[in-house]
Amino acid sequence: MLSTGKLRPTLGLVRRPWCASAAGIHSSGRRLHNPDEVDLFDFRYTTPFVKNLFVGKFIREQVFPFPRLNQQDYDQLQQMVDPVERFFKDDVDSAQIDTDAKIPAETLQGLKDLGLFGMQVPLEYGGLGLSNTEYARLGEITAIDGAIAVTLAAHQAIGLKGIMIAGNAEQKAKYLPKLATGEHVAAFALTEPSSGSDAASIQTRATLSDSGKHFLLNGGKIWISNGGIADVFTVFAKTEVVDSKSGEVKDKVTAFIVERSFGGITSGKPEDKLGIRGSNTCTVHFEDTPVPIENVLGEVGGGFKVAMNILNGGRFSMGSSGAGIVKKLIEQTAEHATTRTQFDRKLMEFPIIQEKFAEMALRAYAMESMAYLTAGIMDRWPGGSPDCSVEAAMVKVYSSESVWSSVSEALQVLGGLGYMKEYPYERYLRDARILMIFEGTNEILRMYIALVGMKFAGDILKEKLKELKRGNIGVILQTVRQRWGSGFGMGPSHGFVSEDRFIGDGFKAHPSLTAGAKLLEENVNNLGTMTETLLARHDKGIVEEQLVLKRVADITINMYAMTAVVSRASKAVVMGLPNYDHEVLMANTFCQKTYNENMQMFHDLGGENTDAAVQKIGKDILKTGNYIAAHPLDRTHDFDNIDVVPPQR
Amino acid sequence: MWPIFDYGRFVSIISSSDVYGVVWMRSLAQLHKMANLRVLVGVKRVIDYAVKIRVKPDNSGVVTDGVKHSMNPFCEIAMEEAVRLKEKKLAKEIIAVSCGPAQAQETIRTALAMGADRGIHVEVTGKEYENMTPLHVSKIMAKLAQDQEANLVILGKQSIDGDNNQTGQMTAALLDWPQATFASEVTKENDHLKVVREIDGGLETVKVTLPAVITADLRLNEPRYATLPNIMKAKKKKIAKHKAADFGVDLTPTLEVVGVEDPPVRQAGQKVESTEELVAKLKDSGVV
Repeated sequence: MLSTGKLRPTLGLVRRPWCASAAGIHSSGRRLHNPDEVDLFDFRYTTPFVKNLFVGKFIREQVFPFPRLNQQDYDQLQQMVDPVERFFKDDVDSAQIDTDAKIPAETLQGLKDLGLFGMQVPLEYGGLGLSNTEYARLGEITAIDGAIAVTLAAHQAIGLKGIMIAGNAEQKAKYLPKLATGEHVAAFALTEPSSGSDAASIQTRATLSDSGKHFLLNGGKIWISNGGIADVFTVFAKTEVVDSKSGEVKDKVTAFIVERSFGGITSGKPEDKLGIRGSNTCTVHFEDTPVPIENVLGEVGGGFKVAMNILNGGRFSMGSSGAGIVKKLIEQTAEHATTRTQFDRKLMEFPIIQEKFAEMALRAYAMESMAYLTAGIMDRWPGGSPDCSVEAAMVKVYSSESVWSSVSEALQVLGGLGYMKEYPYERYLRDARILMIFEGTNEILRMYIALVGMKFAGDILKEKLKELKRGNIGVILQTVRQRWGSGFGMGPSHGFVSEDRFIGDGFKAHPSLTAGAKLLEENVNNLGTMTETLLARHDKGIVEEQLVLKRVADITINMYAMTAVVSRASKAVVMGLPNYDHEVLMANTFCQKTYNENMQMFHDLGGENTDAAVQKIGKDILKTGNYIAAHPLDRTHDFDNIDVVPPQR
Repeated sequence: MWPIFDYGRFVSIISSSDVYGVVWMRSLAQLHKMANLRVLVGVKRVIDYAVKIRVKPDNSGVVTDGVKHSMNPFCEIAMEEAVRLKEKKLAKEIIAVSCGPAQAQETIRTALAMGADRGIHVEVTGKEYENMTPLHVSKIMAKLAQDQEANLVILGKQSIDGDNNQTGQMTAALLDWPQATFASEVTKENDHLKVVREIDGGLETVKVTLPAVITADLRLNEPRYATLPNIMKAKKKKIAKHKAADFGVDLTPTLEVVGVEDPPVRQAGQKVESTEELVAKLKDSGVV
């Protein structure tokens, strides 16, 4: 539900239950978790968390306490983790998969037998019906081999997701059972040579046949994961749609379920990639492929939304997968750092090395906190279908870049050894590079995060402006107080910083995290005022100010990370988990570091920055097509024959 | 379609010759008799084999709190053998048993996920559990085998924490059943089992009549993974809870653990130049 833009929430004196119970089974067959039975008034649940940050609102009930599973679900999850971990330890030879650029048939069959091909498919269709949280947990293990992780994700996170979320009962009953067992493999076919980030510009066409019984599909897709081994494709093509109101004929994207057995489908040879070499990636061509009209996914013309919903739903698991990789690397690299001796000391005694490990650990901590917080918000939302696309995008951007830098640092600790193929670091580095590119490039996602947030803020602020013009005293006072307070760095309190020893209503951070929580609160207030300032400055033109938007996105990503980290550390203290004092230290340190970064970016946004100059340099270079500056040794011709020679002694 | 409730009679109706019918009926009857094993499998929850063991500071035992536990590897092999017998239609029911604290239920659940039909949890906690010995366990197993009318008991040859290698043998003795220990191959022949045993001198093949007790050795089979769908299905299978007293077994300790120590730290060796020096060093250290 989008915000209605109301400032004063209607005090719901009646607690309207959104659904019978906050925990249980969602209509999609996915399990929900809410052991705390977070029972809240309606207005708290109008919009998931992050968008509200843009108006300086921190809805603490959505992120405190940190989501958790009930004991039964947790025990079952632990049971499931064991066999998967053993399989990946004993039966998966990542080095061989990378060299051969192929996953062996027995390994693939083993994954299917374990049930990993239908993790989120509902139980009644033969899948495991796992919730987002449980799926993220298993993703931590499958990520150990990048090629396998991508094959599984391409099959279920995007390949068959469309059928799950947009398919009708017949389509689900027909396709999901075989897809869940892995008898059929799925793929997601959207990208074309001329349409990568710009998904609405695809050119594959589906024309209705004369009989009206099926569509004829023509076109070509590139870089389709599982393209060569898939039996069922979710294909996006342009169809002619007649606008019911204006009678205009327009081209709109429609999603189709296409079986390879329909005919006319050819797959190219597998692409030779830098990383995830075991994953099959190839071009897929459709030539007059007949697709029955029953196989239209959703509505004719509604394909773009289906594509966005599919992609938005799966992104958050990159946080847990990334954390799984980084945690494993920390263990392997620490073994080296504790045994290697140079200058008569072990590597671990040098502060520079200690900093590297701290950096890796902090990033892993933030990544997994964000991932499980997002999964938890989705799984315990009353009603079950919140729009967490912005949160998921934040998790993806942060995790992809953190994994890349962490793997690089781990390799650096090993020095020359890390560079050798005998060690797995170079393979992890190559596999990690794709994270920043696929599932929405980080550049596009930053724009998405910033613009969605700005739009949300803009809608609300328009309302606020109207109230101000009307002379609503309450709103005026509130605005003045906000501005005045944030000028001194104080701003309104959001109620999540615990002032005393008791946690009280549970929607607060534990007192030991006051340091970090206060910094977060300050940033929330800063963002609220900054958004207003930027909208006032640029208005609609903000869409073109990408460098401004990039900073806004980075700030909010950092803030979401801080929130997740504070919430999780609070939970650790309150529950008395082992090593909670280490977690508290990590959380407070992380908040301090990220706060410093944020303040730098706020400074750049508020005042002087180098954006205009940077853009000019970039434009000039791109106009000429190469590096412009003269060579360092270049000189002009010397007419007077005076060489610069030092004076003779 | 002919109803197939009495296969034997169905065949005898369609066969032309009476003799044919009789032969068919007899072999079908034997087939029916073959799927008659009710197997009791003991599974123990132990510290995971990959974990580095640490001795408690007071030397009273090893650290178990917060340490990863899993099913004893030999119990996994025993469980796998039982499941294979069921797949070959030689066993009709598998019951997984574990004696231990509440967490032992996780181990039984894993056994159910591997293919057991139901579980029995004999709850033993705290000091009683720490002092439990194979004698206690085998008394419980023996009583269970009789109560459940099992005709085959399969156990791991030993547990990796106790390393006693006694439970199987004691259970067989209490039941007065034949035993085939350190089994590396089990085949059913008519009404007895042919078991290949791994002994110090090589391999020994024995025949045991049923009912019998078998203990599994390493090379008996390669245990399967408990697949995730099976783990979810196992939730529906039942685990019955009992106490040792239900079987008339007294858990008074018969052994007292006096101390647990780390193995001595390996000392560096010394190089010697000649035999005389070696003898001198040995004399100095008091060895000779």
